[in-house]
Amino acid sequence: MSLDTASPTARRHGSNAGQPLTRRDGLLKVTGRATYAADNHPDGMLYAVTAISRIARGRVTALDVGAARAHAGVVEVLTPANRPPLAHDPDEKMPPFGFRVEVLQDDTVRYVGQPIALVVAETLEAATEAAALLDPQYEIADARTDRSNGDRFGLAAVGIGAPPRTVHGDLAAGLAAATHVTEAEYETPAQYHNAMEPHAVVAEWHGDRVTLDMPNQAMALSCAAYGAYFDIPAENVLIRSPFLGGGFGSKAILNGPQILAILAARMLKRPVKLVLTRTQMYGPVGHRGHTWQKLRIGTDAQGRLTALHHHALCATSSFDEFIEPAANASLPLYDSPAILVEHEGLRLDIGTPGPMRAPGEASGSAALEVAMDEAAVACGMDPLEFRLANYAETEPGTGRPFSSKALRECYLEGAKRFGWAGRPLEPRQMRDENGFLVGWGMGTAVFHCPHFPAEARATLRADGTALVETAGADMGQGAWTALAQIAAEALGLDPDQVEFHSGISTLPDGGIAGGSGHTASAGLALNNAGEDAIAKLAAIATADPASPLFGAGNIGVVARSGRLHRIDDEGRSESYVDILARAGQAEVIGTAKAARDPAIAEAHAMFSHGAVFAEVKVDPDLGQIRATRLVGAFAAGRVINPRLVRSQYFGGMIWGTSFALHEEAVTDRRTGRIMNADLAEYHVPVNADVPSLDAILIEEDDPYVNPLGIKGVGEIGITGTVGAIANAVWHATGVRVRRFPVRIEDLLIARA
Amino acid sequence: MSLSISLTINGQARTVVLDDPRVTLLDLLRERLDLPGTKKGCDRGQCGACTVLVDGRRINSCLSLAASLDGTEVTTIEGLAEGEALHPVQAAFIAHDGFQCGYCTPGQIMSAVGLIKEGHANGDPERIRELMSGNICRCGAYQGITEAILEAQKASTEANRRDAA
Ligand code: FES
Ligand code: FES
Repeated sequence: MSLDTASPTARRHGSNAGQPLTRRDGLLKVTGRATYAADNHPDGMLYAVTAISRIARGRVTALDVGAARAHAGVVEVLTPANRPPLAHDPDEKMPPFGFRVEVLQDDTVRYVGQPIALVVAETLEAATEAAALLDPQYEIADARTDRSNGDRFGLAAVGIGAPPRTVHGDLAAGLAAATHVTEAEYETPAQYHNAMEPHAVVAEWHGDRVTLDMPNQAMALSCAAYGAYFDIPAENVLIRSPFLGGGFGSKAILNGPQILAILAARMLKRPVKLVLTRTQMYGPVGHRGHTWQKLRIGTDAQGRLTALHHHALCATSSFDEFIEPAANASLPLYDSPAILVEHEGLRLDIGTPGPMRAPGEASGSAALEVAMDEAAVACGMDPLEFRLANYAETEPGTGRPFSSKALRECYLEGAKRFGWAGRPLEPRQMRDENGFLVGWGMGTAVFHCPHFPAEARATLRADGTALVETAGADMGQGAWTALAQIAAEALGLDPDQVEFHSGISTLPDGGIAGGSGHTASAGLALNNAGEDAIAKLAAIATADPASPLFGAGNIGVVARSGRLHRIDDEGRSESYVDILARAGQAEVIGTAKAARDPAIAEAHAMFSHGAVFAEVKVDPDLGQIRATRLVGAFAAGRVINPRLVRSQYFGGMIWGTSFALHEEAVTDRRTGRIMNADLAEYHVPVNADVPSLDAILIEEDDPYVNPLGIKGVGEIGITGTVGAIANAVWHATGVRVRRFPVRIEDLLIARA
Repeated sequence: MSLSISLTINGQARTVVLDDPRVTLLDLLRERLDLPGTKKGCDRGQCGACTVLVDGRRINSCLSLAASLDGTEVTTIEGLAEGEALHPVQAAFIAHDGFQCGYCTPGQIMSAVGLIKEGHANGDPERIRELMSGNICRCGAYQGITEAILEAQKASTEANRRDAA
């Protein structure tokens, strides 16, 4: 295999971190031996299947429990009439990520797809058929499905605890000072995570202890939450989540069906497996909420912003709040003397939305980047030139310095690779050899850099190898590989000499695998644990008169290739094996808890940045749109593994393509039912939909974001891409579409 | 009722007593024969995660009833490697980072193996993308998947040429 060792990032960071290693879990994944939750099959296991509501609002008045029970193989049918009690009220939130859940607390129906019964049987076939026999009868109330009939409300917070409204400067004055105000409304649809692995759990109780095989992005928080629901201490909950078949935010939060399956396992004293069907994933496990966003951009004669106003109306459920923090995407990017971002809620009869890959930034940046394109057109400027003219050298409004910001390099490198120079300002100027309209567009990418507290342990063993442990989760980002590389570097070993354990909740808390923060968060803990182990080893060696390092305690030693070397005399060194052997120790254990320094965080604005350039081709007669080429240049601090980072960017850019051109849950206004709740009708990109992709990794040194200088790469690729493609569609056709996804009919209607 | 069928699974002859006529090949493999490498993403023939080879041809195992497969030969992801030696498609997926979470991967690999065996799309990435479009990868590892298949296909064509010579 070809290792891309010529990459500058690989050179810069030398030995371990920085190398484009292939995935350590690759062998397991290509042979079918990687174990996902539903692959488990403890002896005596039963199958649970939820029956779901087909109405959006009302009550279940009857269920034919008799028919379901009579089906061969059925063991139990849970309904609100016989559901055993839970120790936590499911209508109470459980901060920080615990949403209200539907666990058969009563006969109320709050959305289509809500669990209304749970059937448990000896086989999956029996449980599935019996669930269909329940034949629910309903009292139906009118569903609130849209802006026209939903209830608007004011908000205390958006996202996870972010302020709903932020003001910098005087918006009215900024607008008054403008020579031109660009004003428009943009709509983004409800989208569903659709991880390829459906939500699943295999629950097995032993007395008051429970083992849960389940995909989980936040193990420690989940142990506490399940403990609260089942009235057992958090440490009695064992979660095993070595691999997630994709998470994208949907596996960080508890959901009703999983709680019901765990409850059934306790009630029946047998292990229970529950796997949602694809259709059942459209409701109780979160989604990206529908938004309507109004933007006003004031510009002066030089094309500089005088005012930026972003208002987002965001749909949530009738009974809980997760508000897409969409408008906040307008805070960190463009320099403007006046910025106002604000959010408003809209209650609909839907399942509660939740965080989905780049929550806030994805939807908000989609609207902002198209609005910026419109403003550039209004100013008669090239979109890239316009963005450079409004480049924020410090955080807009606060004036805080960025911890690092190589966005200018992203713009320039991306434009160069794409061949942006010479792009005609006017739309409908370019055709390919087949007569298709060709358009080029761009967008800025941005994502914040969260850091979660995390813990880790590093054990140096007598044979010179190490075991490093943290309860993180791999959902495709490459945790097993990148985290092992970080640990190996701290330990002065090759990654091959480092065994990496994660994915089980008994290990030190690896924090949350989300917010693009896992590599930085768990990585810092592993780094610190490794350094702690090395410090302990050094203490042994430097205090031992028989060691060549004796007395070097004050001078210091450095760990490299399995040996400690004196800093001032590299020739004097000793191997870990010899140090431990003479000390008669089987191992030294380093531990660490790591978190971000709050003072540094307070003093800096911390973001990953990027620039995405897109080419689309549009059939002039049929309106058919194809994204043909995407170039993204991203600066996200230090790169641990360029191969995996590039894959993350590609994944994000494909999600951006999907947001721009494919994805949308379509709701029937009469019934509140999602009409395309499956993978045939809900369009996610397939291989043939994907344009040629190029991701450029821009170097960035960041001494502040965390001691390792790592930002995050999992989500930023979506942002920027959506706007770039929509703007390219405008450039190809002259038609400005402000509702996502951009559809063929939008172009045809505009032309007619 | 019970019904007995004979199958060859990954080279092993097996007689399976079906406890239920509704059992699909996918649920037979996963829930009854301890072969959970084949994945379920939709159970409706819409995602390709469950792709296996039956008599050498690619099929969605979620769409075939086990009872209808008496006498067939089934190959799953677990039966692809020869001992510790990976099938060239498996090795190419690792080398080209043709997966992230890995959940679609067994299906992608089985589709790719079938596609190469059927002699489709020699060296043409566009054809490969088209022919692999029954296998959804939500992580978006498509670029690596296409590169991996191109490489494995090239290797297998060369091997065939050598064999023929
Ligand atoms: S599980 Fe068979 S095609 Fe999706
Ligand atoms: S690797 Fe995750 S779905 Fe393909």
